[in-house]
Amino acid sequence: MAKKRHNVLKVLRVVSAVIFCSLLTLMFLDFTGTLHRYLGWMAKVQLLPAILALNVGVVVVLLLLTLLFGRVYCSVVCPLGVMQDAVAHVSGKSRRHKYHPSAAHNVLRYTILAVFVVLMLVGLQSIALLIAPYSAYGRIVQSLLAPLYALVNNGLAAVAERVGSYAFYETEVWLRSGLTLGIALVTLAVLVVISYRRGRLWCNTVCPVGGLLSLVSRFSLFAPVIDADKCTHCRACERSCKAECIDVDNAKVDTSRCVTCMNCLEQCRFSAIKYQWRYAKSSVSSTSADAQTDTSRRKFVTTAAALTLAGVASAQHKSTDGGLAYIEKKRVPRRAVSVKPAGSVSLRHFSDHCTACQLCVSACPSQVLRPSGNVLTLMQPEMGFEHGYCGEHCTRCSEVCPTGAIQPVKAEERELIQPGKAVWIRQNCVVLTDHVSCGNCAKHCPVHAIQMVDTPDGQVPAVDETRCIGCGKCEYLCPARPFSAIYVEGNETHQNI
Amino acid sequence: MPIMNLNMNRREFIKTLSGGALLTGAALTTACGSSESGSADISSAALGDIPTDKMEYRRGKHGERVSLLGYGCMRWPTVAGTSARESDSDIDQAEVNRLVDYAIEHGVNLFDTSPAYCKGYSERATGIALSRHPRSSYYISTKLSNFAPDTWGYKQSVDMYRRSLEYLQTDYIDFYLLHGLGMGGLENFRRRYVDNGVLDFLVSERAAGRIRNLGFSFHGETDMFDYLLSLNDKYDWDFVLIQHNFVDWHHAKQVNARNSNSEYLYTELEKLHIPVFVMEPLLGGSLASLNQYATSQLKQREPQRSVASWAFRFAGNQQGILSVLSGMTYMEHLQDNLRTFCPFKPLSDEELEMLERIADNYVSYPLVPCTACQYCMPCPYGIDIPTIFATYNRNINRGQVVTDLNDPAYGKARRRFLIDYQRNVERERQADHCIECNQCKPHCPQHINIPKRLNGINQLVEKLREG
Repeated sequence: MAKKRHNVLKVLRVVSAVIFCSLLTLMFLDFTGTLHRYLGWMAKVQLLPAILALNVGVVVVLLLLTLLFGRVYCSVVCPLGVMQDAVAHVSGKSRRHKYHPSAAHNVLRYTILAVFVVLMLVGLQSIALLIAPYSAYGRIVQSLLAPLYALVNNGLAAVAERVGSYAFYETEVWLRSGLTLGIALVTLAVLVVISYRRGRLWCNTVCPVGGLLSLVSRFSLFAPVIDADKCTHCRACERSCKAECIDVDNAKVDTSRCVTCMNCLEQCRFSAIKYQWRYAKSSVSSTSADAQTDTSRRKFVTTAAALTLAGVASAQHKSTDGGLAYIEKKRVPRRAVSVKPAGSVSLRHFSDHCTACQLCVSACPSQVLRPSGNVLTLMQPEMGFEHGYCGEHCTRCSEVCPTGAIQPVKAEERELIQPGKAVWIRQNCVVLTDHVSCGNCAKHCPVHAIQMVDTPDGQVPAVDETRCIGCGKCEYLCPARPFSAIYVEGNETHQNI
Repeated sequence: MPIMNLNMNRREFIKTLSGGALLTGAALTTACGSSESGSADISSAALGDIPTDKMEYRRGKHGERVSLLGYGCMRWPTVAGTSARESDSDIDQAEVNRLVDYAIEHGVNLFDTSPAYCKGYSERATGIALSRHPRSSYYISTKLSNFAPDTWGYKQSVDMYRRSLEYLQTDYIDFYLLHGLGMGGLENFRRRYVDNGVLDFLVSERAAGRIRNLGFSFHGETDMFDYLLSLNDKYDWDFVLIQHNFVDWHHAKQVNARNSNSEYLYTELEKLHIPVFVMEPLLGGSLASLNQYATSQLKQREPQRSVASWAFRFAGNQQGILSVLSGMTYMEHLQDNLRTFCPFKPLSDEELEMLERIADNYVSYPLVPCTACQYCMPCPYGIDIPTIFATYNRNINRGQVVTDLNDPAYGKARRRFLIDYQRNVERERQADHCIECNQCKPHCPQHINIPKRLNGINQLVEKLREG
């Protein structure tokens, strides 16, 4: 076989895609918070997050880019697309069968796009977001890859500890949401199978971003163009086309599906296909997806009656020295309103803008954020305080959020926002169950919203709901187990203090 | 600078990995520095064999010939490789046997235990190991550790005594102690031993020959000590166990306001010709690992001797000391100590002066005077009190507690301290989880205000975490 000639454009595409995707992935994996400040923009240039954030500049640039050069976005910027290309690359090496041209499933893909937009508009994002590319990738990395990364880190930390080094430190590995993990697994499996067999079929049929961009790339000014005079109908380009969009017989490339991967250019030994200026009618479709929806929240009954299990290792008389008391794991209390991170404005604003990409979950240094299991807000992050509490000056999630679901918050503003407030559960409190003096919630409250008040039963905590900032430190540090005797109840609309 | 996430903690996964126990164990022992013995910087080859016939012996009140190095049995090794004090694993009986055999072979003949040690398993393990030797070749010391109020009754206390005989596989005890007098004051002493008639019973047991020497161990202030010695006419104390080391000699009050200088305790006992047992010769291990100033002073004189050896020489220096008890978990501890006691070299006046200077320096550091005795444990709310204090002390000694943001060492020290804290103390057992229920306080023989010190350490940690 003749030695393969490398096409400059393809090399450029592959190199930039690998760099972009690797850095983006690293940002999801980095739990030390170092990379976010340098790489945060990579999430913000993703199309769907930019639309949800009403980030007009980014949207316009991306659409112009597509109008000019075709769907470069899908081959370089979209991490899910790059992941599929990686699978296709493996497939291409091991499989004799290559791609055959196929017709576009236009009815299906624009129906899906339309349904996607409708679902987003009527507040059923939790379903729509299952096929959103960037957030699907985020979920795969956060749920599947991040734990492995953390385990490797912890292995290194254990070694470092033995040799007295402080280069690595351990991080906590825990399952934040079984449902999200399952969805990530299914998404990954489906994508691997489809891209292994049919290349970019997903991107050209299911993906709403692919669908949207196809409306523009249809008219792209640059595109692969077949020179019918030079073409020998060897079909090498057809077989190499992951989008299955080259029709050699009619010397046509369907630019609505072409992701400008440049594979065909490299395959053609006769220079019969070239990436070049193409005269086209110009037209830009409108792309406003500013969601204004009515998302009525289902109210949960919040009796917290299940919390009567006195969950505390009761004081034991000591007859021997040594040993550690067993500590029961904390469990998530049932909240009538889930607690969203400061900057989320309101439940409605949050669910309207969040793509559930999990970037904030991976950025949260306190292990507070985790994907929701609630059907209506599926996989969108919410706060919980079994593993830590929300730092009163920490605004990491608001810094990384690419969609504006969590609006930027200044460090000094954090403690002026009340995303929820603490509620005392009398029957769990160790002051009453163990007959000990406590006050750990009051002692640690960063804004002194809790004070211990005298009652006939002893000193019990009382929450000043006008001061509480819903940080969950009291819930985290409450000695009652498995359910804390004080927990944070979310505010539907975040209040300013 | 980025805020490290240090809320995360000792991870489950390490624990569940089978090798995890070993890793954690190794880390804990090196880290805690609480094992009461010398550092293991000895190479037998270079230092030569340990003689088997050079042990220093002192005479007890009734002519007993007791080795100056006594084996404290509160830190037996476990199968996980850690001391039974810090681990939930079972005691490694084979290793206990090996240590006991080696100790006896090299002249150690006093073994000190208690029903409370090693979560209640020390007496059994010690009994098994010792019963393999002739009863006349060793002395047993154990205690009536009736700390819990439900053991204050006559029957419960006498049962505890009889169980000691059973577990130690013997029909007499050479040295029997009232455990921890001074803790809880006079009231506590009366309730545990006097009002219930237990002390009278023990005196009768001594008359019957089943207790050969009756004494008490002491933690507290001098007026209580004076009172107990005033009872000497009535009870005829055969020996007393006191906390004695070169820091407590003159500086007990600086380390802990409610302790008494061992100089006073020792002098009072000597006046009455009561032989003295020594506990905490290393002040909970902290005198085995001193700051750089002290270490270089000691190493200049005896480069090959461990830092701990100096503390042991001080502890055994006075002629009225009958035995110095050391809890030795590892063979390295035992060997290092045997080198100190076989033969025993008294300190010169100049060396005593040097240790006095080191003691002055020692008390100028804001350490928590925790000896890792674990009497406060288990904390009902799961706080790992001794490990928190040990981690804090170790970082103080290493100069890794820096709070001044302008100090050039701040960044590195901060990272190291926080990582060290996170590595050694499980997240849910850290100081911020202390609810100040104060249940631990009366148990501390050092009278440390544990909740207050925990709170102080937590404030430091939170300040550093904020950056």
